[in-house]
Amino acid sequence: MSVGLDIRLKRANKVYHEGEVLAGVVVISSKEAVQHQGISLTMEGLVNLQLSSKSVGVFEAFYNSVKPIQLITSNIEVVKPGKVPGGKTEIPFEFPLHAKGNKVLYETYHGVFVNIQYTLRCDMKRSLLAKDLSKTCEFMVHCQPQKGRLQPSPVDFSITPETLQNIRERVSLPKFLIRGHLDATSCVITQPLTGELVVENSEVPIKSIELQLVRVETCGCAEGYARDATEIQNIQIAEGDVCHGLPIPIYMIFPRLFTCPTLETTNFKIEFEVNVVIVLQDDHLITENFPLKLCRV
Amino acid sequence: MAAVQWHSRVRAYESELRAARLEAVPLEPGDPHPLKSITVTDSKSRRGGGRRGSTSSSSSSGSVAPDPLSSMLDGTDPLSMFAAASASEAPTLSHSTAESGRKRREKEEEVGPDFEPWSAKRGEILARFTTTEKLSINLFMGSDKGKAPSPNSTVSEKVRNRLEELDDMEEGSQRELLNLSQQDYVNRIEELNQNLKEAWSSDQKVKALKIVIQCSKLLSDTSVIQFYPSKFVLITDILDTFGRLVYERIWSMCSDSRAMPESFTADDVNDTAKETCLNWFFKIASIRELIPRLYVEAAILKCSFFLSKTGIQETLPRLTAMIRGIGDPLVAVYARAYLCRVGMEVAPHLKESLKKNFFDLLASFRQIHSDSVQNQLVLQRVEIPVYLTLYSPAINWILQCVSYRAPETLLTEMMERCKKLANNALLLNSVMWAFRAEFVAARATDFIGMIKDCDEAGFPKHLLFGSLGRSLACADPPENERLSILNEAWKVITKVRSPQDYINCAEIWVEFTCRHFTKREVNTVLADIIKHMTPDRAFEDAYPQLQSVIRKILNYFHDFSVLFSMERFLPFLDMFQKDSVRVDVCRSIMEVFIKHQQEPTRDPVILNALLHVCKTMHDSVNALTLEDEKRSLSLLINGFIRMVSFGRDFEQQLSFCVEARATFCNLEPVLVQLIHTVNQLAMETRRVMRGNHSRKTAAFVRACAAYSFITIPSLTSIFSRLNLYLLSGQVALANQCLSQADAFFKAAVSLLPEVPRSITVEGKLRSSEAFLLDFISNFLSTLLVVPDHPEQGVLYLVRGLLNMVQDYTWEENSDAKVRVYISALPLLAAMSQDTYLYAIPKVDSNETLYGGDPKFLAEVNKLCETLIGQVLDHLKALGRDEGAGVRKQGTLAFSLFGCLLAHGDLRNNKLSQLAVNLWNLSHKHGYCDTRNSVRTLEYIKHQSQQPDMAHLSEMALRLSLQSRA
Repeated sequence: MSVGLDIRLKRANKVYHEGEVLAGVVVISSKEAVQHQGISLTMEGLVNLQLSSKSVGVFEAFYNSVKPIQLITSNIEVVKPGKVPGGKTEIPFEFPLHAKGNKVLYETYHGVFVNIQYTLRCDMKRSLLAKDLSKTCEFMVHCQPQKGRLQPSPVDFSITPETLQNIRERVSLPKFLIRGHLDATSCVITQPLTGELVVENSEVPIKSIELQLVRVETCGCAEGYARDATEIQNIQIAEGDVCHGLPIPIYMIFPRLFTCPTLETTNFKIEFEVNVVIVLQDDHLITENFPLKLCRV
Repeated sequence: MAAVQWHSRVRAYESELRAARLEAVPLEPGDPHPLKSITVTDSKSRRGGGRRGSTSSSSSSGSVAPDPLSSMLDGTDPLSMFAAASASEAPTLSHSTAESGRKRREKEEEVGPDFEPWSAKRGEILARFTTTEKLSINLFMGSDKGKAPSPNSTVSEKVRNRLEELDDMEEGSQRELLNLSQQDYVNRIEELNQNLKEAWSSDQKVKALKIVIQCSKLLSDTSVIQFYPSKFVLITDILDTFGRLVYERIWSMCSDSRAMPESFTADDVNDTAKETCLNWFFKIASIRELIPRLYVEAAILKCSFFLSKTGIQETLPRLTAMIRGIGDPLVAVYARAYLCRVGMEVAPHLKESLKKNFFDLLASFRQIHSDSVQNQLVLQRVEIPVYLTLYSPAINWILQCVSYRAPETLLTEMMERCKKLANNALLLNSVMWAFRAEFVAARATDFIGMIKDCDEAGFPKHLLFGSLGRSLACADPPENERLSILNEAWKVITKVRSPQDYINCAEIWVEFTCRHFTKREVNTVLADIIKHMTPDRAFEDAYPQLQSVIRKILNYFHDFSVLFSMERFLPFLDMFQKDSVRVDVCRSIMEVFIKHQQEPTRDPVILNALLHVCKTMHDSVNALTLEDEKRSLSLLINGFIRMVSFGRDFEQQLSFCVEARATFCNLEPVLVQLIHTVNQLAMETRRVMRGNHSRKTAAFVRACAAYSFITIPSLTSIFSRLNLYLLSGQVALANQCLSQADAFFKAAVSLLPEVPRSITVEGKLRSSEAFLLDFISNFLSTLLVVPDHPEQGVLYLVRGLLNMVQDYTWEENSDAKVRVYISALPLLAAMSQDTYLYAIPKVDSNETLYGGDPKFLAEVNKLCETLIGQVLDHLKALGRDEGAGVRKQGTLAFSLFGCLLAHGDLRNNKLSQLAVNLWNLSHKHGYCDTRNSVRTLEYIKHQSQQPDMAHLSEMALRLSLQSRA
């Protein structure tokens, strides 16, 4: 006898905002009637922080993982112990999304050292003989649009051998001039990062030009804080020796889940940066870094 | 049954004929004419009546006699209904001006049938860009499969992920296939296409996406550059498949609950479908490499209709700009071609981004001559001209898309911008290829100037002239420029050194030459081609092109006297030295001749040339030639022979036939045709002489007979021989050549025993009996008018024929012999009349020879009696056989009865008794057709009303319909 337990949210994209009502149905499907000891639903929002082994000792990273921060939690009993008839039974439910105490519901974010996740779990308790059933489903929370006008703050850049820092041998560096601009460094998370880049000249042919999206996560704790920058994605915008003097578009869509509006709290920080990486055919790697401020409007 | 005494009924043919005629009924003025058919106003067939305006009102007048055939075609037939449907669309537009305006605008935005689709180019590219070099496929599968499993996934999921990874390892996450031949490569790609479909159908969407990404990654690899265009074709096929799969999937998600209209908007799409679609786009946006990201997004571009109506308007320009990031000019140009293709398919109204693609291409045009490209070419040992031709398909396509229904100003602007670039031969070529032929033709002189200015080292000039010629073949340049265009072009073409390049180009220009100039210019062109193609037997490699030259000339020159008066035409034909090709060419010449030659000809130039052509076809026949091939060749040669006429010069015509017989001796149908021609010639002579041959014409018609007589034996088909003997005999008789006619008939008679019992008809073995019976009946009716030979006995030929019939080995259990006997009876009866039913002018038949001599009549009657005796014996023999025999007996008895009734003199008691007996016999076993019997009886009663026929009524009383069994 197999019993199917499923949670279906009303919204196809599973995106909710604080103050809204999370609604959906629990679906129980079975050929025969199901005896159970009660069905309950648990909604939970957690921030998981983890210290990287780089900034702390390995053991500490293991054991000293910072305690998760609970943002929201709620539990309801959907059905009292009894019997669910055979066939497909749909039980509707609703949860109001209100943060605990004076906390805010941060936006869903999947990172390396910081994870903000919202889950909905349905448990069906059953008699000793049958196994309990459980089904988990994640839902997304988008934070409220930020108030106030957003300054796009465009930025022009020009890269030459002279503008570079952190070079080992400045002498062996070939000549080049790359100009460009980003339309905004304060970006709306739903809008792509745009701009243009022109290779004015380059002594050595170009092999590739890439946009590297980087997350910078900072976890604060009693002993201090850890700050780590890791790559989210790398998007190639030019391949091979591109035409000189012709503007190449810079275009990158911010991936969902892996990005969120720039966040700064007492315990942790999530920031983003973009690197324009130019690889020359002789494997010289030129990187120009731009901090970004993401927000949702 | 003792011997029967035969007496033929005396016939008065004329009065019988008069009696048989229908009564003439005087026509009342008001009566409808019987031939003027009943007019039925069929409203159903008047579909689309509005189109035909006036005709619909005339339906009641009946002045138009509706021919059944034409009324079939009147709207009700399905083909014309289609035509009407498409035609009626056009007028509806003119109803309201506003609506029509809008519709026309929409029409302009759509892609019409005049847009040559990509599928037409595919095969051409695959065939043209090939390589013998080794290729490699580098697939990098499953490495980034499954990101770190989400922290709270269940154990089972983790295990499954792990197992999947292991599977991947086994497959070899990175596969590099080296040293593939071109065919292997194509097979691999096809395999990947299959894998993609399988992965999709087994719900492994991620795997499908991976396959597509890996495939499109192959497009960034330009090693073995000659193969790149073909590779592009193969891989974009996969992309198309993928795009279709994704679209259909999302479409099906939409139509889950209710069917979505074909022209849906984003509002009709449900959230789940939208979310899925959005997911695809997000997934693709995160593809690391530029080229796969570009291609895969373009592949599923159509899906953006699910998200918003205007999304494409932003996406297309973005993708267009993205291509700027591709450094390799060849890769970039093909990416543009793909984007244009998708653009034309998905949003043909967005002309801006097509245009942008083209101008971007111009902006980055100098990349083609950049150092990195040069280095690559040196490395791969590819010449610049070869390299440049690799661009053509893509640039042609882009230009075709941009220039499709584009205003003249845009075309001019595009051309101006092309002109400004250095080394623009490649672009020029594509412009000529892709722009409207009329546009190019109008500026042909300009183009020639530009072509001349091009750098010789770059794009091959003969290709440029080839493209120009192709445009000029479809559209006409201004009249006064034509000659100078031809001169200028040919000046360059004639300098092309490689024969293959030369002929490719010359072949195209032949069309232009034929179209606008006379035989003199065409002759010059032909001479030039001969001059170029003869050295080193270069023509051997250029048969298709040379054939196409002939085809084009034949298209424009239908007058064969002009055609063959071109000095160089026959020498040109001599270049076709491979048998099969030569025969093909001859065949196409003959086809055109038969189709377009209206009147018979005697022009010696045409005759000689065509005789030569036909001889070539004839000589290609050998023991291995297929029957069908022979038949079609014969048909063509026959067509030629029929078209030859020397007018009143009959002797020359005959000598032509003699010559033709010698030339075409291997094709039997041709010989048959020749015999017919000669027979016709004899009859024509007779007509000219009005039946009175002079000594000279008499000798001539005898020569004709002699021709036939010696030609017929060389045929193998026995029935052809028999029929031709008979026919030629008839012709000889008509021309008063009695001894010749005798010889023909004798030959026919003596040939009879050789007739095989079965012959092959259309490849199947059939009994020859039916044919033989037909022939004999035909023969018998001819024999009525053939006078007896003075030195032979009475009815020499008839007896001879009947003897042959007797001795012939008929099929077992067949009563064919008896049926011949029965059919001989009417002949004999006709022979014993005073005046024969028909006669040949100026030939005395037996009626005059014997003048009703009783001895002759007695001979005839004796013969009849013998025949009847034979028939009766046979009937008796059949009676012994219970089953089928009795049935046959009935039929035969009835037909003999009919014969007696029609031809025998039934006043004779014995004969009438025999007739009654036969009637009874035929009804004895109840196998006869009662309706037939009733009708016969009625006929007898009717006949008995006639004078001298009273005896019949008495007989009718003795005939009963009841079987006596």
